[in-house]
Amino acid sequence: MANPNITIHPEVHAEHAHHEHDEHHDQHWLWKYIFSQDHKVIAKQFLFLGIFWAFIGGALSSLFRIQLGWPEATFAWLEPVLGTWVEGGKLNPDFYLALVTMHGTIMVFFVLTAGLSGTFSNFLIPLQIGARDMASGFMNMLSFWFFFIASAIMFYSLFLQNGPAAAGWTIYPPLSALPQAMPGSGAGMTLWLVSMALFIVSQLLGGVNYITTVINMRTKGMSMTKMPLTIWSFFLTAILGLLSFPVLFSCALLLIFDRSFGTSFYLSDIYVAGEALTNVGGSPILFQHLFWFLGHPEVYIVILPAMGIVSEVLATNARKPIFGYRAMIGSLLGITVLAFVVWAHHMFVSGMNPFLGSVFMFLTLIIAVPSAVKVFNWLGTIWRGNLVFTTPMLFAIGFVSLFISGGLTGILLGNSAVDIQLHNTYFVVAHFHLVMGSAAFFGMFCGVYHWFPKMFGRMMDEKLGYIHFWLTFIGVYLVFLPMHYVGIAGFPRRYYAFTAFDAFSQFGDLNMYISLAAILAFLGQFIFLFNFVYSIFRGRRSPLNPWHSNTLEWTTPVNPGHGNWPGEIPTVYRWPYDYSKPGAAEDYIPQHIPFSQTTSSNLPNEKELE
Amino acid sequence: MITLAVAISVILVLVILVLLFRIQTLASVFTGSTQKRVGKSNKINAILLLSFLILGGAAFAWSYMSHRENILIPIASEHGVWIDDMFWLTMAILMIVFVITQVLLFWYSYKYQHKEGNRAYFLSHNNRLEVFWTVIPAIVMALLVFRGWKTWTTITNPAPADAIVVEVMGKQFNWLIRYPGADNKLGVVKHTLIDGSNEFGMDLTDKNVMDDFVTNEIHIPKGKPVLFKIRSRDVIHSFYVPYFRAQMHAVPGMPTKFWLTPTKSTADMAEETGKPDFNYELVCNQICGRGHFAMRAVIVVDEPEDYEKWVAKQKSFVESNPDLMANLKTGVPATTGPATEASEQDDAKKAEEIVREKAQL
Ligand code: HEM
Ligand SMILES: [Cu+2]
Ligand SMILES: [Cu+2]
Repeated sequence: MANPNITIHPEVHAEHAHHEHDEHHDQHWLWKYIFSQDHKVIAKQFLFLGIFWAFIGGALSSLFRIQLGWPEATFAWLEPVLGTWVEGGKLNPDFYLALVTMHGTIMVFFVLTAGLSGTFSNFLIPLQIGARDMASGFMNMLSFWFFFIASAIMFYSLFLQNGPAAAGWTIYPPLSALPQAMPGSGAGMTLWLVSMALFIVSQLLGGVNYITTVINMRTKGMSMTKMPLTIWSFFLTAILGLLSFPVLFSCALLLIFDRSFGTSFYLSDIYVAGEALTNVGGSPILFQHLFWFLGHPEVYIVILPAMGIVSEVLATNARKPIFGYRAMIGSLLGITVLAFVVWAHHMFVSGMNPFLGSVFMFLTLIIAVPSAVKVFNWLGTIWRGNLVFTTPMLFAIGFVSLFISGGLTGILLGNSAVDIQLHNTYFVVAHFHLVMGSAAFFGMFCGVYHWFPKMFGRMMDEKLGYIHFWLTFIGVYLVFLPMHYVGIAGFPRRYYAFTAFDAFSQFGDLNMYISLAAILAFLGQFIFLFNFVYSIFRGRRSPLNPWHSNTLEWTTPVNPGHGNWPGEIPTVYRWPYDYSKPGAAEDYIPQHIPFSQTTSSNLPNEKELE
Repeated sequence: MITLAVAISVILVLVILVLLFRIQTLASVFTGSTQKRVGKSNKINAILLLSFLILGGAAFAWSYMSHRENILIPIASEHGVWIDDMFWLTMAILMIVFVITQVLLFWYSYKYQHKEGNRAYFLSHNNRLEVFWTVIPAIVMALLVFRGWKTWTTITNPAPADAIVVEVMGKQFNWLIRYPGADNKLGVVKHTLIDGSNEFGMDLTDKNVMDDFVTNEIHIPKGKPVLFKIRSRDVIHSFYVPYFRAQMHAVPGMPTKFWLTPTKSTADMAEETGKPDFNYELVCNQICGRGHFAMRAVIVVDEPEDYEKWVAKQKSFVESNPDLMANLKTGVPATTGPATEASEQDDAKKAEEIVREKAQL
């Protein structure tokens, strides 16, 4: 097992570190690759499991898009896979709901939370702040294994007789509380709750670690205002998670009580399946408040790391400082604070007091301001740059485009009056798939392509990366742009088919195109998978600093060992964005280069630091 | 046999793709293009980004214009106009921002693509500019909030006292409809009193129940305020009528409400949409189980006189279920056992059958 000393004393001597390093070669593979406490290995574990889940989640969506695109199609050919979920050639409507529920749960929590934060916070925090590992390698390892157990349980629930949870990823009771109300609210829901409870533990273990590490373990000279924006975003994401996930935990706990121990937190005056229940006094609205108190911060937990990654990649590949570094930090802070006070915009028509609706409309529209600032600053960053279109750079540009498109429609939904019409329609689906689903995925791809060389010592194939980007970028717009149209026309989400209503008899063709684009875009992801796996083993060997980047991780060896730097940890002298500084020989000056070595390019206020 | 053929051809295609990929990699190693930091693909990507803006923008405009008819659904209530005004005002502002930012994003990407010998402009911040683009969105948002707040409060203010009252109760998977009758008071209901013949669970000892009547369709008069009292008896549903721009969840244990004034009768809409058999539909818009997608009720908007005639024709619940009253007096429960379970399953089956039938057309 790793000696925890190396994490506590970052200023170890070179020899000492070497010694540690050598020791690891004799480690049993089980401790080295499976129960590792090395943040880099844990990051990869999160990444692999996240990618696994992303393909499961994508496959589920392809299934229900087939149903929506071709409502009269038969599913007989899928019977070998789906078994009794295909009835007389048709998809079972209960199973349809299970599909959308699992798709949402998997994507939001397992891929875009654990897969994104878990991978990049773990990988980058120690490397970019100059630490040998996380504050607690052991807790970090636990964090992954809790996620793993949560994943195993959720995965197992897919194969239950009555199916997995099916009440939507928001699992509103009473539907989710009463097994009589739908088959998915039986054992499937129990496993969902157990899995999510473990997942929350995993998030908290991870979050405490990220925060502690950022606060305590920065290398010499790495003040908070010299940190790359990636670290700022991971740091604030962890704070968001730490404060909001416990609320989801209690929310789930009360639901478990209602389901299994006869309490009435969320239940009142119910007559279901031919029987009047005895529960009185509970409130389904209470659940929604608790759920969205996490649920809204959660969407920012998903997007903030992506914003950090994109800021970093844009600056690096534009060969230009990020525009308005302090404003970027300020807007991240603003978003973090505001994210806690807008949750009830998901509940404008839930029956809560309309006065609350007014308050939350006000707070919700304010959050658009820091979001807008970020977009303007990204545009300012590429303005007059010298743009290198690496694959990560393309994904970063795609991210900005998608974030604009999806974020803007939030301003419509945040208006409680307009939301009366749009709530729970495909307009909402379009909004959050662009701004959260797609944009966060783009942030994740951006990060994977950019830090792949650091993770595996090899490069991913650029050409395949380009093809993957263009397929995905076009595909995503083809899928989600038309959904706005369908939503404005009032089509409800989570509908198995639109055939029961006269009003929804239109758009059959449009739904077919959407499905077609969705399935093609999903298939395009196998290009990524191939590129990813192939490059791990056969990719071109990476140079030390392939993107000519300023941040500290590129000062480590191509394949850093446990402890990250074989010698002393570099000291930091400058911010991470000295790109294309006038007077400098190269178009980048890494953070660990002292001002004394760059006299020709120092700004007047930097002269005294020489 | 066919599956085997398909499988083999898929595998062959994959093999060819992998071979192509290998050739491409080897070729790039030989030509040395992997050595260069910025190769030809940079220019290609820049052009593609610009083309994406132009072609994508055009496709967006075209797709909207060609589906306009279907996207913009008629408005049939007074407040619906306000909501749509708010929507389009906001949308206009958003589109301006959308176009400016997307154009700049892709245009800059093209214009500032890497050029050998060029250097990016070292610019870390500009306080005036940043304050400017923080304050402007803040002001615009403030205006939108103010207008939205006015619209929202007018819509959610209490209904006029003379509003016609209709109770709508959601259940898996249909809507139950009750009118207060002549006294304009809905009688007491209790979920413990629900059974097959008394689906609302009306308390027959309450005198306000006596003239309440239950119907299959919702009838409301054009031009008069109508107050919908919304409730659910099992899970959450949502009362949603897209043409009315009306939506409110139906929550078990917590009655909700929504009031509106319809402005177009069913006949008016039949004319406007060119569909002679047009019907307003009440849509369930909150996931509620298997039959969610088919949880529908018909709303008929009558001319006021027709509405009065229709009301006059309705028989009260008690009148049409004399045995319930009789049993109540003798103390015998109206029905024994859970009678509705069967009927619930019937509802779900019926809904699915409709879908299958339509699918086969
Ligand atoms: C400009 C800022 C934004 C505003 C004003 C905004 C507003 C809203 C509102 C009001 C809703 C509720 C719609 C409804 O259910 O009727 C909503 C839904 C949603 N938003 Fe946003 N949003 C914004 C940005 C974001 C971002 C950045 C994300 C994620 C990264 C996001 C993710 C979501 C998700 C996931 C939902 C749907 C949840 C569900 O019902 O399943 N939004 N948004
Ligand atoms: Cu939200
Ligand atoms: Cu429903």
